[in-house]
Amino acid sequence: MIKKEMIAMLLAGGQGSRLGVLTANIAKPAVAFGGKYRIIDFPLSNCINSGVDTVGVLTQYQPLALNTHIGIGIPWDLDRNVGGVSILPPYEKSTNSEWYTGTANAIYQNLRFMEYYNPDYVLILGGDHIYKMDYEVMLDFHKANKADITLATLAVPMEEASRFGIVIADENKQIQEFEEKPEHPRSNLASMGIYIFSWPVLRDALIKLKDQPSCDFGKHIIPYCHEKGSRIFAYEFNGYWKDVGTLGAYWEANMELIDLIPVFNLYEEFWKIFTKSEKIPPQYVAADAIVDKAIIGEASEIYGEVHNSVIGAGVIIKPGVVVRDSIIMNSVEIGENTTIDKAIIAENTKIGANCKLGVGEEAPNKVKPSVYAFGLVTIGEDSVVPDGVSIGKNTAISGETEASDYPDNELKAGETLIKVGDR
Amino acid sequence: MRAIGIVLAGGNNSRMKELSNKRAIAAMPIAGGFRSVDFVLSNMSNSHIQKVAVFTQFNAKSLNEHLNSSKWWDFGRKQGGLYVFTPTTTPDNSYWYRGTADAIAQNLTYLKNSHEPYVVIASGDGIYKMDYNKVLEYHIAKKADITVVVSKLDERDDISRFGVVDVDSDGRITEFEEKPIGAKTQLVSTGIYVIRRRLLVELIEKSAQEERYDFVKDILIRYRNIKKIYAYETTDYWSNISSVESYYRTNMDFLSPEVRDYFFKQYPDIYSKVQDLPPAKYNEGAVVKNSLVSSGCIINGNVENSILFKEVYVGNNCTIKNSIILNDVYIGDNTHIENCIVESRDTIRANANYVGEPDNVKIVVEKNERYAL
Repeated sequence: MIKKEMIAMLLAGGQGSRLGVLTANIAKPAVAFGGKYRIIDFPLSNCINSGVDTVGVLTQYQPLALNTHIGIGIPWDLDRNVGGVSILPPYEKSTNSEWYTGTANAIYQNLRFMEYYNPDYVLILGGDHIYKMDYEVMLDFHKANKADITLATLAVPMEEASRFGIVIADENKQIQEFEEKPEHPRSNLASMGIYIFSWPVLRDALIKLKDQPSCDFGKHIIPYCHEKGSRIFAYEFNGYWKDVGTLGAYWEANMELIDLIPVFNLYEEFWKIFTKSEKIPPQYVAADAIVDKAIIGEASEIYGEVHNSVIGAGVIIKPGVVVRDSIIMNSVEIGENTTIDKAIIAENTKIGANCKLGVGEEAPNKVKPSVYAFGLVTIGEDSVVPDGVSIGKNTAISGETEASDYPDNELKAGETLIKVGDR
Repeated sequence: MRAIGIVLAGGNNSRMKELSNKRAIAAMPIAGGFRSVDFVLSNMSNSHIQKVAVFTQFNAKSLNEHLNSSKWWDFGRKQGGLYVFTPTTTPDNSYWYRGTADAIAQNLTYLKNSHEPYVVIASGDGIYKMDYNKVLEYHIAKKADITVVVSKLDERDDISRFGVVDVDSDGRITEFEEKPIGAKTQLVSTGIYVIRRRLLVELIEKSAQEERYDFVKDILIRYRNIKKIYAYETTDYWSNISSVESYYRTNMDFLSPEVRDYFFKQYPDIYSKVQDLPPAKYNEGAVVKNSLVSSGCIINGNVENSILFKEVYVGNNCTIKNSIILNDVYIGDNTHIENCIVESRDTIRANANYVGEPDNVKIVVEKNERYAL
């Protein structure tokens, strides 16, 4: 009989709407990060590095990029005879077919998947954080405390604690109380959205709450178990953990990788991050190119200048181009003499020649001021920007734009230009 | 495709000097991200040859490591797959491979148990892209017994290390000289052959009985008058890396946009084992000009007209010029390296100075333990 001590369920169905046009066609966990990775590479690599070789990836929103990226799991050694990675989309049932309506509802709909592996413990993960974590150490903590549920927590600065779900634990790390985004936090231990459940406890809670609309771990399952008197413990994580849920945080986390000795170090042999490498050849830096402070992915060709930027794989930066403080994802092409300041340009986009991106004064975005902020220019995947246009700050562009879309060859600060094609 | 593949990767060559101390030529790193054998394996895979045997013998550790999974070249299949044949002692044989024909003879069951009518034989030290189906079509059209792929040698290269052929107007090989001095033509054998499987079995068995062990000398040259041996000329990029000069030059060829475009951008791709290294990192003070940089590199100094293979660390204030730095090399601060090939997994102490000549590159091997620094 199949027996896996711990299996992981990775929630990867979310849109991540605060990433704006970056998630127009792809789910947030599939968004590129750090020159060659995608966000989901971090939890998947953590799984295999922690010895968890059975992972269910729950997809719902725009799963194409995720599906092609994960495939049968070869890059993470998750192609297994027993276990490995399985993609779990919502499916039709003879009665009561529904989408995944909440995090716990999604897990509930895959009870049979979990039962098949006969686990003792189930690890619940999100697909939207950048971190390296040994889940096995967390499991040891769970076992040592004879816990029913263990939450991974992170000590955050007290003044920021009111932005998080906070747990209040006793000296044995057993959780006494939960507070969701408290105005006056009594603790600074924030829940990271990573849970280990003893299987019978999870199974029972999911079944008991199966009719709960939009059943959610934080809102329903954990409070239910807490009320029932389950032993819930807080495991304290001390490493680097970054939520890249907003464009500002996403940009910052990428930029941190360029530091001389980055806080989050990808260059250690230990705890490698695996990904599906789309390109193998080396990158080329031309005789007239200038590259200083940057990370650059495979097969990119740099003929212009790159300063303080993260460049993906297969990118072409033509002569005369200046890229500063920007994130350029895979297979982007930037035309001659274009200047780019503080921009995020998603995959397969073509920027014309003689453009200026990120010019002038900041102005709040007119459509989504809280999303397109931080002074960034954000351009979605497969977009086209014509020659000779100038683009202001806090702007967003998506789709194949033409010269006629830019009055006076300009997109003013705070404007949004989204063209939806047939794709 | 109606053929099986044989990759001859067992050889060593004194022309590789110190570079061959460490590995078989087929495992030599090429163009930053690849190893030599990737080219022939990708060509086989892209030509839809599903069953390929690699014959290894000399210092095969690096090669075997590289071939530890067949999935990178898409050979991880139920039907067919990638086989690695290293010499083994059996009750009737206790020899190493005494030559290319002997290598095939010792593994004759591989040929006998296959059902594909043709065999494509190629060496592991050629850098090229080729659809072997085209060669096979030619082979069938010419009703040839054996087809040898030939290439007109670049005048830069030393013809005396190749097999040189002369052909008649129909393309049939009339002369085949091994490593001649004062060759008549510039047409050299690329070491790529197409032959009917049964004919190969027959010729190999016969040679074995006669205690002849070399495919070129004892089959191609010996049989050239009684078997129809045809030349298929390729005009695309082809380079053999089995000498230090040509190894250096072949790598440097990848600095040209045409060569990169041909190998890296035009379909089909060359595959390799991926190592999941982070992107290359350029720190403040890095100045890189006309160079190829591979993943996992960290650069603090000057790099010009050079190729950095994977995981090379270049310290502060270094100058690397016209050089090839192989995988996983740590170069200490203030080092000057010019016209050199730095052997892989080495640690170059700070303030080192290595200068070779443009037409006589220096091979740098320090063999320092990294933790000692």
